[in-house]
Amino acid sequence: MKIAIASGKGGTGKTTLSTNLASYLAESRKVVLTDLDVEEPNSGLFLKSELFFSEDKYKMIPEWNKVDCTLCGECQDNCNYHAVIQVVDTIMVFPELCHSCFACSELCPTNSLPMIPQKMGELQHFKTKNFDFIESRLIIGEEQAVPLIKQTLDYVDSQFDKDVVKIYDSPPGTSCPVIEATKDADFIILITEPTPFGLNDVILAIDTMKELKKDFAIVINRFGIGNDDIIKYCEENKIDIIAKIPNQRAAAELYSKGELMYPKIPEVKAELEKIVKYLESQVL
Amino acid sequence: MKIVFTAEGKKWDSKMDPRFGRAKYYVVYNEETKELESFDNSDVEGEAHGAGPKAARKIIEYKAEVLITGNGPGGNASKVLEKIGTKIFIGAGDLTVKDSYEAYKNGSLNKF
Ligand code: SF4
Ligand code: SF4
Repeated sequence: MKIAIASGKGGTGKTTLSTNLASYLAESRKVVLTDLDVEEPNSGLFLKSELFFSEDKYKMIPEWNKVDCTLCGECQDNCNYHAVIQVVDTIMVFPELCHSCFACSELCPTNSLPMIPQKMGELQHFKTKNFDFIESRLIIGEEQAVPLIKQTLDYVDSQFDKDVVKIYDSPPGTSCPVIEATKDADFIILITEPTPFGLNDVILAIDTMKELKKDFAIVINRFGIGNDDIIKYCEENKIDIIAKIPNQRAAAELYSKGELMYPKIPEVKAELEKIVKYLESQVL
Repeated sequence: MKIVFTAEGKKWDSKMDPRFGRAKYYVVYNEETKELESFDNSDVEGEAHGAGPKAARKIIEYKAEVLITGNGPGGNASKVLEKIGTKIFIGAGDLTVKDSYEAYKNGSLNKF
């Protein structure tokens, strides 16, 4: 069972929900939480855990070998990502832009662009008291999140059985990384705040999920601030709102201390219970 | 000598676009022939990454020796431009193409 938690933009409570839901679910089931926000993974800040395993992750990058190169310039035309460019008598490769598609390499008439592995990030697997937690982090300067997300998903699939509940903290936004992070999920929870900006962002996220033909529902974070527009929007569009996490001072304090909320705030626990009931009725 | 301007339009009186890779147009002035041509770069909006190297490739194609822009190119594009020896002048983001050409001529633009 795969559940992805996503949002139109960062800072709406994605990590709060992921960590609290994972921990709460782990009281009764086997759970693994994976932070796929590889540019800025931060779920770990809220979890007391021990490192169990870590490994460097590599992507394949073309490396120019000038000996046989005829400077025909085909490689730069074969790259859709502007990651390889002919600069007069040199072929320059920009590894951060490369999508490892092999096109330049395979189509080079003189085999002058062999693909070689280059480190793009690191995967770490932790164990908390009652569940597993995995996060990957891109190295500084690396711009392509998708290959690392993909390899992280592969790792999770290889380590955990189907019956383990897998929760994915997705990257923010609506671009390729989110799509990669959510495309295998059985269910998506979109988290938003009840403000005009929040509504705007969550509508973009809803459109993305509809395009991907994903089952999804909404959780409202910091319920009580802003206005009711999100509720009206969901009613009009027949989208389920499965929980409303109240806006509370105590919640903000626990967050800033890097602590989980539901053990100390009964209202948060009650909302998590609603989410679990909903998931049970849908997918669990 | 050819000079490339990053601009919001394709004419002498167009406003400059301070961005390099994501500029709307590249306006190219040929000082010998006094010709002004332009390249529409607006399709870059659909691309998340790689705008800098793509634009640098255009500069190579035009064989421009001077680039006049606003903020200056990012890391990847500067590597390319440095390699081909393009002279880059910045700080013209608020001018028109014409005014930035004049500013360049009288030496009031900063080198990147
Ligand atoms: S395609 Fe191969 S031979 Fe042609 S310029 Fe690129 S590296 Fe050189
Ligand atoms: S492998 Fe693909 S993305 Fe990478 S440089 Fe070659 S053509 Fe471009």
